[in-house]
Amino acid sequence: MLADKDRIFTNLYGRHDWRLKGARARGDWDGTKELMAMGQDWIIDEMKRSGLRGRGGAGFPTGLKWSFMPKQESDRPHYLVVNADEGEPGTCKDRDMLRFDPHKLIEGCLLASFAMRAHACYIYIRGEFYNEASNLQVAIDEAYDAGLVGDNACGSGWKFDIYLHRGAGAYICGEETALIESIEGKKGQPRLKPPFPAGVGLYGCPTTVNNVESIAVAPTILRRGASWFAGIGRPNNTGTKVFCISGNVNKPCNVEDAMGIPLKELIEKHAGGVRGGWDNLQGIIPGGASVPILPKSICDTVLMDFDSLRDVKSGLGTAAVMVMDKSADVVACISRLSDFYKHESCGQCTPCREGCGWLARVMRRMVKGDATLAEIDTLEQVTYQIEGHTICALGDAAAWPVQGLIRHFRPELERRIRDYRDAKTRAAA
Amino acid sequence: MPKLTIDGMAVEVPANATILQAAEQVGVEIPRFCYHERLSIAGNCRMCLVDVEKSPKPVASCAMPVAEGMVVHTRSDRANKARAGVMEFLLINHPLDCPICDQGGECDLQDQAMAYGADRGRFHENKRAVKDKELGPLVATSMTRCIHCTRCVRFATEVAGVPELGAVGRGENMEITNYLENMLTSELSGNVVDLCPVGALTNKPYAFGGRPWELRKTESIDVMDAVGTNIRVDAREQKVMRVLPRIHEDVNEEWLADKSRQACDGLSNQRLDRPYVRKNGKLTEATWPEAFAAITAKVRGLPGSKIAAIAGDLCDAESMFALKGLMTALGSANLDCRQDGAALDALSRASYLFNSTIAGIEQADALLIIGSNPRTEAPILNARIRKRFLRGGFPVGVIGPDVPLTYKTQNLGNSADILSQIASGAHAFAATLKNVKKPMLIVGQGALARADGAAILSVAREIADACGLVKDGWNGFNVLHTAAARVGGLDLGFVPGTGGKDVRGILDGAGKGEIEVVYLLGADEIDTNKLGKAFVIYQGHHGDRGAHRADVILPGAAYTEKDGLYVNTEGRVQQALRAVFPPGQAREDWTIVRALSESLGKTLPYDNLAQLRAALRDAAPEFVKIDVIQAATWGGFGKAGQVSATPFEYPVKNYYMTDPISRASRTMARCTEEFVMGGAKKTGTDG
Repeated sequence: MLADKDRIFTNLYGRHDWRLKGARARGDWDGTKELMAMGQDWIIDEMKRSGLRGRGGAGFPTGLKWSFMPKQESDRPHYLVVNADEGEPGTCKDRDMLRFDPHKLIEGCLLASFAMRAHACYIYIRGEFYNEASNLQVAIDEAYDAGLVGDNACGSGWKFDIYLHRGAGAYICGEETALIESIEGKKGQPRLKPPFPAGVGLYGCPTTVNNVESIAVAPTILRRGASWFAGIGRPNNTGTKVFCISGNVNKPCNVEDAMGIPLKELIEKHAGGVRGGWDNLQGIIPGGASVPILPKSICDTVLMDFDSLRDVKSGLGTAAVMVMDKSADVVACISRLSDFYKHESCGQCTPCREGCGWLARVMRRMVKGDATLAEIDTLEQVTYQIEGHTICALGDAAAWPVQGLIRHFRPELERRIRDYRDAKTRAAA
Repeated sequence: MPKLTIDGMAVEVPANATILQAAEQVGVEIPRFCYHERLSIAGNCRMCLVDVEKSPKPVASCAMPVAEGMVVHTRSDRANKARAGVMEFLLINHPLDCPICDQGGECDLQDQAMAYGADRGRFHENKRAVKDKELGPLVATSMTRCIHCTRCVRFATEVAGVPELGAVGRGENMEITNYLENMLTSELSGNVVDLCPVGALTNKPYAFGGRPWELRKTESIDVMDAVGTNIRVDAREQKVMRVLPRIHEDVNEEWLADKSRQACDGLSNQRLDRPYVRKNGKLTEATWPEAFAAITAKVRGLPGSKIAAIAGDLCDAESMFALKGLMTALGSANLDCRQDGAALDALSRASYLFNSTIAGIEQADALLIIGSNPRTEAPILNARIRKRFLRGGFPVGVIGPDVPLTYKTQNLGNSADILSQIASGAHAFAATLKNVKKPMLIVGQGALARADGAAILSVAREIADACGLVKDGWNGFNVLHTAAARVGGLDLGFVPGTGGKDVRGILDGAGKGEIEVVYLLGADEIDTNKLGKAFVIYQGHHGDRGAHRADVILPGAAYTEKDGLYVNTEGRVQQALRAVFPPGQAREDWTIVRALSESLGKTLPYDNLAQLRAALRDAAPEFVKIDVIQAATWGGFGKAGQVSATPFEYPVKNYYMTDPISRASRTMARCTEEFVMGGAKKTGTDG
């Protein structure tokens, strides 16, 4: 278990003052100017050495992503965009960071922007996060007033402006290029890649889009050193991570712990265990709605990090652990997720637009068992027809939960179909 | 130039090419719906997915740039599966109502479903239904069939310059719609029908009119404006069913203006299908010999100076050439092809051509428009200006009424004085023209068809000389015509000979009785009240203004009913082919003039079209080469004169009705009602 001294988010539960004074007391904004004085290359190098992988779900190495930005400023300005459009079902980590630790994010924005030679940063915050946006704006104003950001950020001579942009509640706007379109005032639809945002991003300029957590941990990493961060967790899956545990546990919570913590330990230590005991567990979605569900047999031993979960054909995603005990109707849960993706598909490209509706409709019948056994195979094929064929990852995200269900709970689906058929036969007789 | 391999074939393409373009180069066909070479890349249909080695998933070939050493498979198992999957998705919510769909037989979805789809569906849920949209009198919608390729949205936004289409809603509830349910207010709206890969947007006037395999297709040239748009006339039996564009990169690319596309129903209305002779003040049906006898009786013995001829806007070169021959034989020099009285100088070809050429607009880097509204006078040419504008760095100055032109313009005012200021360098726009490499100006008929037209033409030439519009390899002086026949008429010298009268002189003379016979060859845009007591011969195809005033009517052929040569505003000679026969006793126009010449005892020296064309080429060498523009020699025109302060007026008041054919068209009447007279403002209780 992570030692308290190694925690980055020391006000994750909002027990302390979230404003500048409190943040400074917790060590934020300490020596920021000196960190900037180390130079852009040093910052990016430290981030690379820390092994930090993006916390938004895909797990792309953050330092590497920053290094993709052009090394020289041209006539096109550089931008940092922070993705605070936290919409992944089950995920609630960014929310607590935004409202209880906003200065960590703002300081991270300054350091990341400086490292990428950006003078402006946009924070795109989910529309429903009203109080969070309010806190964040207060914190930004405080930072301006204290000279931490602005024309001479922290006295470093670096001009840095930070803008808060509120979204309108579309899940797809959490996709980085759709988010950029949305900031530009267009319909939130993902762009084709290439070109990647580092070449052509916001307003056609080099842009990096990072998750709130990736940016918020950066100042602490730089202050405490890359080797400290790299020393936590497992190789290639380093550092600490905020896990969001929800569902059928005794104490749902957000908790920061080391990457690679065993799933069972995570739930038992921090969330008070599964309701009715570990043996009452049916399955766990380990990384937010878009990753495949895992049955208990895998949950017993799996470690919570990118590579371990990938090896069991799931993913760490946003580390939103959704626990289902035996009382949960797992088919109905996945059906609900399919409905979510049907509702949130942007409609731009064919497989996702048409496929999500198809999945959702068949899944709704599967809940009752009103289907044929062959339709399970059709359903699975449809998910593979969507996966990998779309512009963005929403298609994949819609396909994976259903794939996970069929992979691990096929007998349950077959049982429902048979029961439904038998009930109908009896009724007819 | 990166080298890559596509289906085992090595290909070398420019660095910014896409896989799809590279595949086309080696003849590998990749299916697509949303991709269109003249629109921006959307990459949303996913039909063009191909398998690229080392790529974890199939890539959309329409959007993926090529890279050195790429190995692409378009027929691998993974590519085939991806395409079949996309095709299945496209079809699950498509109504499959092909038997009652107008797109049937020319539908991309139908064709590609045959090639790449499965033989049965696995989707057993209810299909989506979408409410139809109202896009005006030209485009019918059946939005349930829409596959959301967004070609129409991109066309409206990018090419037509009217960002009125878009998508609302998300996911499978996404709908393509127009802004606040208004109509699509573009002169190019019909092109969305051609672009639509399915039957969601179809040709409204042609609805349920025919199937593509029943139609006889004839390649022809449009005459509704002076652009010379290349068209295909689709006819069934003796009726023109519809008109579609043909690709000509230097003229219309692949677009067609709405009037050119939809006025074809006018070819079946108000037609002159037999000769008429006015007896006791009333036009009565007659036979050809009777009509010729009536003319002969009037003309024979009359001195040439008392006879005049005016050629209209839709005439083919052959009929004008024949009529000029006849007039010369009769000793008349009173000829004019400039019905509107435009001060065009037939002696200097450079003075009346669109010298930069339409494709040349794309090379220009500044533009001055004088008394012309290209959006209504030549929508296709206007689209080309917009295409250039979108590339940036293209200031456009307009002298004339301020109207929206689908691109940003700087209105310099509406007075001819500004021209002199630019010519002298006193006006700021002179510097704009001087400081760029390839400046151009467009003089419209709104500036030339005035009493001071000659003086304006002269100032325009001064501007061209003073601001460096004409230099090696570039001529930025352009006249935009509104009539398809105009350049041909000028090339043939269908203008007053020595001592002859022009249009104003002819009308004046007719009013005073100095001219006793006026031959109108399809001339309907003149003030027929001014013809006084003159004996009027009207040869044409529609019962329009000219025919109403006529003493003898000789029924001729419309542009779809004869083989003819037309010269567009650039000076490009193009050949139209006959798609159907003229109705009733109507005849091809040059044969009428030839027959009349015999009746008058002045037999013209040709008996068939080949002989006529040979004579025509001898007289006007511009006609020797078809579809070739011969650059005109610059200079030597313009007579300085007093320019009046009267503001310019654009010649086209109602885009949808400019000639006898469009005036006879019900579709154009509906467009006039909706677009020009503001039919959209009608309330629910109206009518």
